[in-house]
Amino acid sequence: MAQIFPKWTNEAPRRILLGSIIFLNAIVFCIWYFFSPEFIDVGYSPEQPVPFSHKIHAGQLGMDCKYCHTQVEESRYANIPATQTCMNCHSQILTDSENLAPIRESWETGEPMQWTRVHMLPDYAYFNHAAHVNVGVGCESCHGRIDRMEQVFQAKPLSMGWCLDCHRAPEQHLRPVSEVTTMGYSVENQIELGLELVAKHNISAPTYCQGCHY
Amino acid sequence: MSKTYKYVPEPALIKGNHDFKDITAMITDINVRPTPKGWYIAFGIANMLLLLLLVSIAYLIWQGTGIWGLNAPVGWGWAIINFVWWVGIGHAGTLISAILFLFRQGWRTAINRFAEAMTIFAVMCAGIFPGIHVGRIWVIYWVFPIPNQMSMWPNFNSPLLWDVFAVSTYFTVSLLFWYVGLVPDFATIRDRIKSKIGKMAYGTFALGWRGSNRHWWNYEKAYMILAGLATPLVLSVHTIVSFDFAVSIIPGWHTTIFPPYFVAGAVFSGFAMVLTLMIICRKIYGLEDIMTIDHMEKMNMIILVTGTMVGFAYIMEQFIAWYSGVEYEKAIFMLRAAGPYAWAYWIMFACNVFSPQFFWSKKLRRNVAFTFVISIIVNIGMWFERFVITVTSLSTDFLPSSWGYYSPTIWDMATYIGTFGLFFTFFLLFLRFLPMVAVAEIKGVMPQADPHNYDKNGEYVPPKVEVPEPYKNQTN
Repeated sequence: MAQIFPKWTNEAPRRILLGSIIFLNAIVFCIWYFFSPEFIDVGYSPEQPVPFSHKIHAGQLGMDCKYCHTQVEESRYANIPATQTCMNCHSQILTDSENLAPIRESWETGEPMQWTRVHMLPDYAYFNHAAHVNVGVGCESCHGRIDRMEQVFQAKPLSMGWCLDCHRAPEQHLRPVSEVTTMGYSVENQIELGLELVAKHNISAPTYCQGCHY
Repeated sequence: MSKTYKYVPEPALIKGNHDFKDITAMITDINVRPTPKGWYIAFGIANMLLLLLLVSIAYLIWQGTGIWGLNAPVGWGWAIINFVWWVGIGHAGTLISAILFLFRQGWRTAINRFAEAMTIFAVMCAGIFPGIHVGRIWVIYWVFPIPNQMSMWPNFNSPLLWDVFAVSTYFTVSLLFWYVGLVPDFATIRDRIKSKIGKMAYGTFALGWRGSNRHWWNYEKAYMILAGLATPLVLSVHTIVSFDFAVSIIPGWHTTIFPPYFVAGAVFSGFAMVLTLMIICRKIYGLEDIMTIDHMEKMNMIILVTGTMVGFAYIMEQFIAWYSGVEYEKAIFMLRAAGPYAWAYWIMFACNVFSPQFFWSKKLRRNVAFTFVISIIVNIGMWFERFVITVTSLSTDFLPSSWGYYSPTIWDMATYIGTFGLFFTFFLLFLRFLPMVAVAEIKGVMPQADPHNYDKNGEYVPPKVEVPEPYKNQTN
């Protein structure tokens, strides 16, 4: 009987096996890497209506974070400052700047500024700023070096796994409450200090569902 | 001891004096011949039903599970009923191919391929329901324990999660078992088919099978190991399905009899489904000599056995409800028999407990038309069994303030009818392209395969029925 398959098919099973191993690994890697919040979300940096520079205000001018984001110690939400806060200075500084025109317009008309939100959690995750700031989680730990950002971008993935990493071992990130807004804070004996702070503030970061999802 | 005993030799498994060549031709000609018209008609109908399934699933995902008749208190309706029903149907396939193989039952060879195919397609139909009955199908992959950015894992305490593992393992093992059995038959068709593409296709699936001694040796070992693995699987899968109910606290569900009782019911309904399909196919494809009345009779006996086991379980449930002295348990069984769903309960009882009892009569269990009717009645009954278990227990439980009556909507029905489209689409493709009887295995049980039936010159001598010594002088 004539042969059905050409000779090279002897190699086919080995190639198919090798090919499928490579292919399946490639799929796993692609999903694991390219679909992760670390790839998709980190670095998200939308254009704002006014090119507000944290680098100038927080970095060069040395303004404290809480000058603008006033409610961060009391509220669940870290507020975006109202136009009033901008006009505290900009009614007299750079009054004819083209970039600031929307701010002045907002001041005159009373229409609020339409800032674009960068850090977005889904509405089923109830994040509380005050609960973190008041026990010594620094701004930097979750938002990165804001004082060096010309335009704000998302520095951390904000995924649930990322939240839980800290909730399971908070001592890695805690600092004295007085240092919360300090940018570039670091100590050598972080773990030791962190454990002290955990004990001092009686911290038991929730890792159960109701902690964040109610 | 009276003298009325007489020696009854085992009936031949294949009727009509066929040799090897005949058998090969009878079975594989179906695949080699041009497609008959009737097949196209049946396939068209099956495709339309499949389309109905796809439409109802698409609408379900678009609109939400509210299109079904479900509500509190009855959160599980037709979707779960159909899931359990289809899984149950699938179990006969593995029972026939694995358990009967372990018991060395030669008669399984005529129907095992057929039953395994049925298993696979029934499990496919079943597998749809757990997938679609969830409200948010797009996160269904959360049931799999995959490392993810949420640091979240499924809860391994839930029998619904065990279902995922049970059904997916069952499907995989059934498919492998089926495929291993098919390899020698793929090779047979490869060697018989004329077209070049056909040769390539069947040749690829045959994996270069040459039927050498070493091939067969490995094949038999693999087949036996798979049969050994599939046997505990078939028992555990339906047990796990029964745990969906039995581990709950609902009166009428929280019962320890469920695992064996569900398995018995699965075998019962599965055999009925095999019979329904077999009776049609043997007629249409002219395989009466292979799938004989003797086969049908043996299957009817299993239906009788498992049907009686199911009947025992029904009565035992009622007895325990009374014996337990628990008000809720007593109430639910009274409500089943005389409550708002009494009609369903008595349909179930009539179909499952009474109808198989006809098979005590040899005449009736060898009657093709009668068997066909009973096989359909059994499947109706077994659907109602799952309906009764699921719905009655939920609709009237602990708090009378949360009692309700469940009625399905048109979409419940469309989805169920649609799964028949899926089933028969695949089943017809199977009938068309794959040998519906295991050619290699059926040859193994023919008298020609027995080396004792050849004389010194290698000529085939049909076996003489040897009557054992004590009966020698007896006149028939």
